[in-house]
Amino acid sequence: MENKTLSLEEQFQNRIDSGENIEAKDWMPEKYRKTHIRQISQHAHSEVVGMLPEGNWISRAPSLRRKVALLAKVQDEAGHGLYLYSAAETLGISREELNEQLNSGRAKYSSIFNYPTISWADMGAVGWLVDGAAIINQVMLTKTSYGPYARAMVRICKEESFHQRQGYEIMLSLCNGTEAQKAMAQDALNRWWWPSMMMFGPRDEDSPNTEQSMKWKIKKKTNDELRQQFVDQTVPQAEILGLTIPDKDLKWNEERGHYDFGTIDWDEFWDVVKGNGLMNEKRLKDRNEAWDEGKWVRDAASAYAEKQAEKRAKKTA
Amino acid sequence: MQLQLMPRNRQKKEQRKQHKSNNMNKEWPIWEIFIRSKNGLEHRHCGSLHAADEDMAIQNARDVYTRRQEGVSIWVVESKHITASNPEKNGEMFEPAADKVYRHPTFYELPDEIKHM
Repeated sequence: MENKTLSLEEQFQNRIDSGENIEAKDWMPEKYRKTHIRQISQHAHSEVVGMLPEGNWISRAPSLRRKVALLAKVQDEAGHGLYLYSAAETLGISREELNEQLNSGRAKYSSIFNYPTISWADMGAVGWLVDGAAIINQVMLTKTSYGPYARAMVRICKEESFHQRQGYEIMLSLCNGTEAQKAMAQDALNRWWWPSMMMFGPRDEDSPNTEQSMKWKIKKKTNDELRQQFVDQTVPQAEILGLTIPDKDLKWNEERGHYDFGTIDWDEFWDVVKGNGLMNEKRLKDRNEAWDEGKWVRDAASAYAEKQAEKRAKKTA
Repeated sequence: MQLQLMPRNRQKKEQRKQHKSNNMNKEWPIWEIFIRSKNGLEHRHCGSLHAADEDMAIQNARDVYTRRQEGVSIWVVESKHITASNPEKNGEMFEPAADKVYRHPTFYELPDEIKHM
């Protein structure tokens, strides 16, 4: 028995090593399944909760052009949540359980959404930095070993690039505007820079799951590699805007061919992860309210479907 | 009625189970979604979603999978109606095709001068 399990796991690892994708009905180690359920559902929850800080600004967008774009972006995020929930469900967890995990506060989602969006410039900074960071992670995940997750990521990446561009365009408009508008943009960058850097997770040496995740090709790059990529591509974008990244240690390192940057406040990182962020409570409350207030719609749809089914049954009888 | 005869902790457990199964019944079924991207091409599987009935499944599929003109036609099939081959039997299912190179045109050796073949 012991031998057989071992050989199944070896076979599984061989498939991964040779670049094969794993599909829903294939044999997989229980830990691979559990890790994926956790990671995909956290990712889905992040898309869903990610709608809240932006939904806040839809009715206050400064023009119709900005409003339709933001509305479309938020709608995409609902869609991305749905793709990812479906991918998680292929691993044997129900949508009901997933909802319950989010609404009860047991599940985690990206800490970035526990920061407040207090000015219109935040919509620019979120699109530019938060979506920018998310895209780096998600592009990597299009090559992840689990087929349904990888396919969801391909779809998401295709849609996501407009999100970042619309955010950057907002920043650009503000930076080409009045002094007060440019100050708004700088203020948003100041507040969102470090939380965006934290989105890649703890340093490699503090990330105990990284090794196994790399072995199973759940991740193909480490947190620190992705974070470096983010810094390298974002610094020139900030220069074009004429904004200053709030890190006095940030400078080009000729030898490494990368930017050096300052130390992240890991105490803040862990504090927000543990639920002490400014908006943790509010997000969960809003999420639960939305769920409860939608109940009559779900019930009505179920009742209507039942009635239609009965009618059809009568007709054929 | 049966519940009354059970020991109390067992009773609670049964009640929870019943409560859970009632809720489970309310969960909308999963539908598999197939989209034809343009006429002349086949419908392709693109994902799944929950919906109360087939009309709602089509509407939801429109919103979830065709926001950027990805389709001109949608099929929805309740997932439970799909029968899938078992990947554990992939060997006996698909390996017989592996040693039949003579089913491919390149198996046949012809002189280079031969055209239109």
